[in-house]
Amino acid sequence: MSSVRVLVGTRKGAFVLNSDGKRKDWQVSGPFFAGWEIYHVKGSPVDPNRLYASQSSGWFGQTMQRSDDGGATWTPVGNKFAYDGVPGTHQWYDGTPHPWEFKRVWHLEPSLTDANTVYAGVEDAALFKSTDAGATWEELSGLRGHGTGPHWHPGAGGMCLHTVILDPSNADRMYIAISAAGAFRTDDAGKTWKPINKGLVSNTMPNPTGEVGHCVHHVAMHPSRPGVLFMQKHWDVMRSDNAGDQWHEVSGNLPTDFGFVIDVHAHEPETLYVVPITSDSMHFPPEGKLRVYRSRTGGNEWEPLANGLPQKDCYVNVLRDAMAMDTLDDCGVYFGTTGGQVYASADSGDSWAPIVRDLPAVLSVEVQTLQ
Amino acid sequence: MICVALPYHLRTLAGLEPGVGAEVTVEVAAPVTIGRVLDALESRYPTLRGTIRDYGTGQRRAFLRFFACEEDLSHEGMDFELPQTVVEGNEPLLIIGAIAGG
Repeated sequence: MSSVRVLVGTRKGAFVLNSDGKRKDWQVSGPFFAGWEIYHVKGSPVDPNRLYASQSSGWFGQTMQRSDDGGATWTPVGNKFAYDGVPGTHQWYDGTPHPWEFKRVWHLEPSLTDANTVYAGVEDAALFKSTDAGATWEELSGLRGHGTGPHWHPGAGGMCLHTVILDPSNADRMYIAISAAGAFRTDDAGKTWKPINKGLVSNTMPNPTGEVGHCVHHVAMHPSRPGVLFMQKHWDVMRSDNAGDQWHEVSGNLPTDFGFVIDVHAHEPETLYVVPITSDSMHFPPEGKLRVYRSRTGGNEWEPLANGLPQKDCYVNVLRDAMAMDTLDDCGVYFGTTGGQVYASADSGDSWAPIVRDLPAVLSVEVQTLQ
Repeated sequence: MICVALPYHLRTLAGLEPGVGAEVTVEVAAPVTIGRVLDALESRYPTLRGTIRDYGTGQRRAFLRFFACEEDLSHEGMDFELPQTVVEGNEPLLIIGAIAGG
């Protein structure tokens, strides 16, 4: 029988939540790495027992952890992230040059074909790769050095590379996104990169349609349609049907098009989910009502999903890596909040219930569907 | 043997059993400098690499401080030779995390 494992990264440790395929009763394990910030935990699609975790601290910097038994035990692995060559500068908040400085790993993306290979998106923005199960890390410096890097600048959360998407149909193609630089694509396995931000409009930029500088919050893709991308930008929900070469807005009837998460249904590539957040000045749901919005039309037409979610006095946020799907027949949707709740729906979002509700602020949620 | 007192999170990261106390010991040949003590510490506990000294600069991480014999050694260089009482193992080198956070 199938089962589900939810990997939760929080401000004060990692948690592993397990349930059978009914997804009614959940066993909570953790905290692992108690007291540390766990930006992301993700499992290998090749070997589901192989997990990688980013563990960091303002005091002690970045460390990395690996589990080979589905999160029961963990081993520290390599934590040296050295930029390739002379790091150079990017723009600081005030527009002055600022040297590239490694701070933390935001996102881990295990390879689709090799359990020992994993990518790490880091702050200050760069992409690293390990091919020895996390023991050593090497920068794919063609991204940072392709030419626009000196014009990138940090968002409020730092200059983070937070999204890494591997194309299941083309091993050489990969997408990444950076706040606040934009989205980028490689078609040669990371050697060379190009910005893919045409169609994005960011009115806070000196040139609202500039090649880079856009505050992309998250990008999602359905594996059956690797050329179709969905983006939650700082403002605006966007869609591309040509691998990011051109974007168009699909915010439609959303109550606000500000938000962080965006994800795609496991079995319906035109069914999307976002969690609208009031504004960049007010990081909480409109009217104090926590609502997921679902589009079954690839965007533009959205419906609120509120059954089981708090509809009064709710002022949490849902951060960019804090939503994920399972792949059971009735697609499960999961998201975590800065209030420490992890909500789950076992019916594609029609109804929701908290599967744990008093964790530290949730930074990331990933889901593994186990056979 | 040189005694080094580690903060809680570094003890757990190093895999030290709960209850062993804050101090670990390392063997360091003369001259016993801050840098050589940290070299020995990281050699014995490789998971501590990068957590006390920044990988890139080799310098003390900003939220950590070094003390010994009631003296703040945080701003001494890595080549600073520790007091004789620390060299003799009678006093520890204290690595202390800033009191901050939430």
